[in-house]
Amino acid sequence: MLGRGWIRIIDFALLYIMLALGLNIVVGYAGLLDLGYIAFFAVGAYCYALLGSPQLGLHLPFWIVLPLCALLACFFGMLLGAPTLRLRGDNLAIVILGFGEIIRIFLNNLNAPINITNGPQGISMIDPILIGEFSLSDMHELFGLTFPSVHLHYYLFLFFTLLVIVISLRLEDSRIGRAWMAIREDEVAAKAMGINTHNIKLLAFAMGAIFGGLAGGLFAGFQGFVSPESFSLTESITVLRMVVIGGMGNIKGVLLGGILLIVLPEALRHGSGPAQQLLFGKTLIDPESLRLLLFGLALIMVMLWRPAGL
Amino acid sequence: MTTSVKFDINLLELSGVAKHFGGLSALSNISLHIRPREIYGLIGPNGAGKTTLFNILTGLFQADSGRFTFNNTEYSGRCKPHVLAQAGIALTFQNIRLFANMTALENVMVGRHLRTSTGIWGALTRNAAARAEEHAIVQQARDLLSYVGIDRPHNTLAKNLSYGEQRRLEIARALATDTKLLALDEPAAGMNATETEDLKELLLIIRASGITVLLIEHDVKFILGLCDRVAVLNYDKKIAEDIPEKIRCDPAVITAYLGTEPITPAQAGI
Repeated sequence: MLGRGWIRIIDFALLYIMLALGLNIVVGYAGLLDLGYIAFFAVGAYCYALLGSPQLGLHLPFWIVLPLCALLACFFGMLLGAPTLRLRGDNLAIVILGFGEIIRIFLNNLNAPINITNGPQGISMIDPILIGEFSLSDMHELFGLTFPSVHLHYYLFLFFTLLVIVISLRLEDSRIGRAWMAIREDEVAAKAMGINTHNIKLLAFAMGAIFGGLAGGLFAGFQGFVSPESFSLTESITVLRMVVIGGMGNIKGVLLGGILLIVLPEALRHGSGPAQQLLFGKTLIDPESLRLLLFGLALIMVMLWRPAGL
Repeated sequence: MTTSVKFDINLLELSGVAKHFGGLSALSNISLHIRPREIYGLIGPNGAGKTTLFNILTGLFQADSGRFTFNNTEYSGRCKPHVLAQAGIALTFQNIRLFANMTALENVMVGRHLRTSTGIWGALTRNAAARAEEHAIVQQARDLLSYVGIDRPHNTLAKNLSYGEQRRLEIARALATDTKLLALDEPAAGMNATETEDLKELLLIIRASGITVLLIEHDVKFILGLCDRVAVLNYDKKIAEDIPEKIRCDPAVITAYLGTEPITPAQAGI
């Protein structure tokens, strides 16, 4: 069995896969370059944090908060999409990039005059995910087996990831999915074929945002702590990388991309030290810096040899 | 003659349509009408404004002025392409614009988009209504592919079809929208003699099924041999509109295509 540290990494990988699948709808299906996607993750996470922590003194149950996270993210998606989706390509990317930063800066600064988000310190002591009376943050004995908290979260996240996969697959092979792909392939032709491109693009944005908000809510419940620095531009890029590496618009590719981009850096972190010991007898390069070097190299190789994704 | 009454109602009417791009007048005061079930040709030398007119008809451009009526409804002013597609105008493009990375079948299925209604809920639950609609879409798309004569496996990506097949796939996609007016922008461009002949036959069959056809062409021979009526544009004006036999010997048309005879110094009085 894998150690708890690894299960924790896999938990995060699942969250990222949910995000990547959400972004895949926007970038992969509808072909809209979204560089601020992490903002919806942030909206979901903060929604969960504010409704289930001592910060505002609210402690709503998990099954109410999580749908609210998704809905709020969806609302923000529409709010952002309605005026900006008239733009195309690079222009759209820049506006969304700006939106992502605005959300983060708001979270960073909404501690005055009224303290809502607790600023850069973030919100801590977030309620654990409770299903009925069953808390996912405690260790449980079931059927004679011990289930630590990370394992329980693993099953919950796996359930939601599978749900997101099923939704993605069903959307892909539907009237809506075809309309998204038509817009990606040729927007002018899609318009001429009678597709109301603005509404269909907005729908893609909203669906992507819902997945982002969902993942955000789960993240907050799992982590027990959120702060604005988790939602920087780098995170948006990481999720985008997963979609691009795996192959845009391809669910299997996105899954592979998500797993690779989370597991590979960790494997390199744990593996490069011992490997150097074995080869040279001593650690020549700090594993921490070597890992980023190797990781970057791997990405460049993928882009050179498989530019359309794995 | 009560049956001919319907024939007198025009499917499409343009009056006084003008379009400028900056200081350049692309179309000025263009008026024409297209009757139901006719094959109407629009010809003219390069830069005469054919494609501009075409783009106005399909909502991709907005006319600066003039009236535009289709099927007894006025669409002057700002009108979005999907509204015109809904009204029954479908088109194929001069430089083929298929959904390249989708299959031939999917391309035609996209054409059914505006006549179907499954939304997110139907797509997620795959309820009986959604399944039935999807089944119908696939069936209609298959029928249309064989109707236009694409006998390749239907899961061939559009970009891997031959040039002639891509042209025909575009027509199938346009027909999938249940169009009343099929507008084709230079459909014969780049085709060899047999492909052109096949296209001609296909267009006649389409017209026989009750669809009005608007052809924009460069190839004068092709259009004069096929159309019921032809309009000729030169620079930004309509210089002639008649049956092909008369267009063929219209002096203004001949001048537009071949130029005037050079004036000799003697004629000029030097």
